[in-house]
Amino acid sequence: MNRFAWLLDRLAYEPRRNAKLALIADYLRTTPDPDRGLALAAMTGGLVFRNAKAGLIRALIAERADPVLFALSYDYVGDLSETVALMWPARHGANDVPHLPDVVAGLRNAGKIDLPRLVAGWLDALDETGRWALLKLITGALRIGVSARLAKTAAASLGGAAPDEVEQVWHGLEPPYTALFAWLEGRAPRPAASDPAPFRPVMLSHPVEAGDFDKLDPAEFSAEWKWDGIRVQAVSGTRPDGSRLTRLYSRTGEDIAGAFPDLVEALTRDGALDGELLVMRDGAVQSFNTLQQRLNRKTVTAKMLAEFPAHIRVYDLLVDGDEDIRELPLVERRNRLEAFLGRLGSERFDLSRVIPFESWDDLAAARADPAAAGAGTDAEAVEGCMIKRSDSPYLPGRPKGYWWKWKREARLVDCVLMYAQRGHGKRSSFYSDYTFGVWRESPEGQELVPVGKAYFGFTDEELVEIDRYVRKNTLNRFGPVREVTHDAKSGLVFEVAFEGLQRSTRHKSGLAMRFPRINRIRWDKPPGEADRIEALERLLPAEA
Amino acid sequence: MTLARQRSQNLRPSELLIPTPAGLYCPLADIHIDPVRPVARALITHGHSDHARAGHGAVLATRETLAIMALRYGEGFAGERQEAVPGVVTRIGAVDFRFVPAGHVLGSAQIVVEAKGLRIVVSGDYKRERDPTCAGFEPVPCDIFITEATFGLPVFRHPPAHLEVAKLLESVRLFPERTHIVGAYSLGKAQRVMALIREAGFERPLYIHGAMETLTEFYLSEGAALGEIRKVATTDRKLLGGEIVICPPSAIQDLWARKFPDPVTAFASGWMRIRARARQRGVELPLIISDHADWDDLQATIREVEAGEIWVTHGEADALVHWCGTVGLKAKPLHLVGYGDEGEAEPVVEADNAVTS
Repeated sequence: MNRFAWLLDRLAYEPRRNAKLALIADYLRTTPDPDRGLALAAMTGGLVFRNAKAGLIRALIAERADPVLFALSYDYVGDLSETVALMWPARHGANDVPHLPDVVAGLRNAGKIDLPRLVAGWLDALDETGRWALLKLITGALRIGVSARLAKTAAASLGGAAPDEVEQVWHGLEPPYTALFAWLEGRAPRPAASDPAPFRPVMLSHPVEAGDFDKLDPAEFSAEWKWDGIRVQAVSGTRPDGSRLTRLYSRTGEDIAGAFPDLVEALTRDGALDGELLVMRDGAVQSFNTLQQRLNRKTVTAKMLAEFPAHIRVYDLLVDGDEDIRELPLVERRNRLEAFLGRLGSERFDLSRVIPFESWDDLAAARADPAAAGAGTDAEAVEGCMIKRSDSPYLPGRPKGYWWKWKREARLVDCVLMYAQRGHGKRSSFYSDYTFGVWRESPEGQELVPVGKAYFGFTDEELVEIDRYVRKNTLNRFGPVREVTHDAKSGLVFEVAFEGLQRSTRHKSGLAMRFPRINRIRWDKPPGEADRIEALERLLPAEA
Repeated sequence: MTLARQRSQNLRPSELLIPTPAGLYCPLADIHIDPVRPVARALITHGHSDHARAGHGAVLATRETLAIMALRYGEGFAGERQEAVPGVVTRIGAVDFRFVPAGHVLGSAQIVVEAKGLRIVVSGDYKRERDPTCAGFEPVPCDIFITEATFGLPVFRHPPAHLEVAKLLESVRLFPERTHIVGAYSLGKAQRVMALIREAGFERPLYIHGAMETLTEFYLSEGAALGEIRKVATTDRKLLGGEIVICPPSAIQDLWARKFPDPVTAFASGWMRIRARARQRGVELPLIISDHADWDDLQATIREVEAGEIWVTHGEADALVHWCGTVGLKAKPLHLVGYGDEGEAEPVVEADNAVTS
């Protein structure tokens, strides 16, 4: 356990990707089975413990620490595992440091009754770093700046294999991955890829920047709408026994099929599709707010299925039947995709249509007014355009020179900072989450009404300045939240950018912003000159 | 706590000291302690820029603190200055003031304020761990103890500083070709780290950023055992592989730091206890070395001075006040604004220091 903890600790402080790769590869090379495979599983999210959850950690610390002091500490540190690791009271004489395989076996097998005592015993025996690593293992969120992809890349380097080769066999393997290491170290043949519906790393795009189009010939490109949904990969395959396996992956490879039985049962042909998850009613794309009702659920009710019918607008085909076509140029994949969707014949899957354009100016016009350029009544759900080189192969990651995203111009509004809350993760201990409002008429005169919350868009230097401003202009404290001075004469104005606006009954203002962020800090602007609610209401889509 | 002193009935605490926007104010003597804006008469606990500011009419402080203020702000930093000799009472109006070592940085002092049998100790910033570069904290029994709470949360427990320095030297041994760049506050922390490195037996020259030259020379002239100190500016940075370079925290992410051979970025601060704090600044080698009392030492000190009431000036006041309540001590936060900037908003203040020192 100490060596594993040492690895996580080093990785957490190492900013350089290549150094991270070297650290992981070195650990995997010099650590025996099954320890190294379990460590790899931890870094790729492959260890899930049914009974060991964050709630267990909270219960253990509640028995050992004052609840107010714990809450203040957690609020400050911004990470449950780290807070508990630092606060855990020392118990002298406990020094029987557990081994990683024993810890994993214990977390897997122990019942709900035995688990607290077992985990407490380990925490007593470990030092701060060891406690932190153990708790990270339990909560499953390592937050050490290592993606599953990076860990697999490090593993692949043991045998000089390409990361994609590891990816291909990955879903057929189980921790502690002894067969994988045996193959990579040349002691055994390549494991069979027995998963009929594996995830394939997605291809990502670059944002368009000034001057990008100057050297590009529009004839070599095609464009599609960029929909405001969730990027998904739908994969279906046939098991050796003839039965069908269908999975729905998020763009990071997380299987979310459980929440979308309507889509899973509709995909009845072998293949791998890349597209946008949307909710559609009567052929019309619904807002992202509506889609959110279906997200982050483990199961789904019949009522939800009827009320929020899921749909995939497909833009790429990675596997056609059992043929991997990722090397083919985009135009050919599109032809195959059209044919595939024709054979599938499901109304839950449709083709992402192309936007016709001759010049970049044409495309700019389409982007500015999607409704007139073919998106019709769905225009509200358009986030911008995707621009793809017609001959581009489907490559994992964010390769340069193939795909671009060109978002619509954001809407801007001047708001007044009202409340600030401490952030988590990277921003922990700084006041980095801001609730802001605009003016409206009330019986008592002009008042600010909150219209949104944002926690990014500013630089680290600006964060330090805003944090300092919050601390010096605090009116009230409510736990982790500070109320900041906000009247017509004194207060801080943010220029807030956002993508869209919806009516919402959840907010006092009756409005909900999509994707709000701090565009500029208006240190110069008196709060009395910030925008009014009417300015926002004019931006609402017409009532359907 | 049952050991609390019997408090004088002759004077209300608010007649002796009250918090004001300018800082703590003593109406009976018409003086401020560590004022954050210019006042007629100021008593200063120590030389850090959030406590010692320029522009007061008259300043009473220890000899070292007066010297540090003159180095940072120029000889004209105040209209008049008066030296406070540690342990010796200075009477102003009907109030006795006594400076007592606080163990924070060279010259740092607590100020004991006493009138008509009521005694309040303003501890300023303080620590309890041994520091080879300054006099150690002396607990003074009192009726009201005014404390900081920079590290007033149970997650803050500083390991012994010599073990953190051992971590640094171990890394220097492991990576003999890389420059180790250690961020440390220009006043106090930097010189303490140098002294601890010497105590650990490291004898090669230590290199410093130009911004900390004046204060380091002052420490040397006061007898600190820092060994051979060289300025980076007079050396070719490319030749400093394997050496230790000490610089202000704001410099560790500067272009300045990248000119060294494959630098290892270290930062000596109590904040390094929190991983996100280290990562926010791109620190690879966090060294938990602090000039403030940690959670355990705050509690131990509060118990030791036997005060019946605790006032908390700045930092994590909520947690410390809550803890006082759980052990039956009366306590309140003062919410003084303008202190602790060396901690909470390090880069900005340190940049200021780099200019003034």
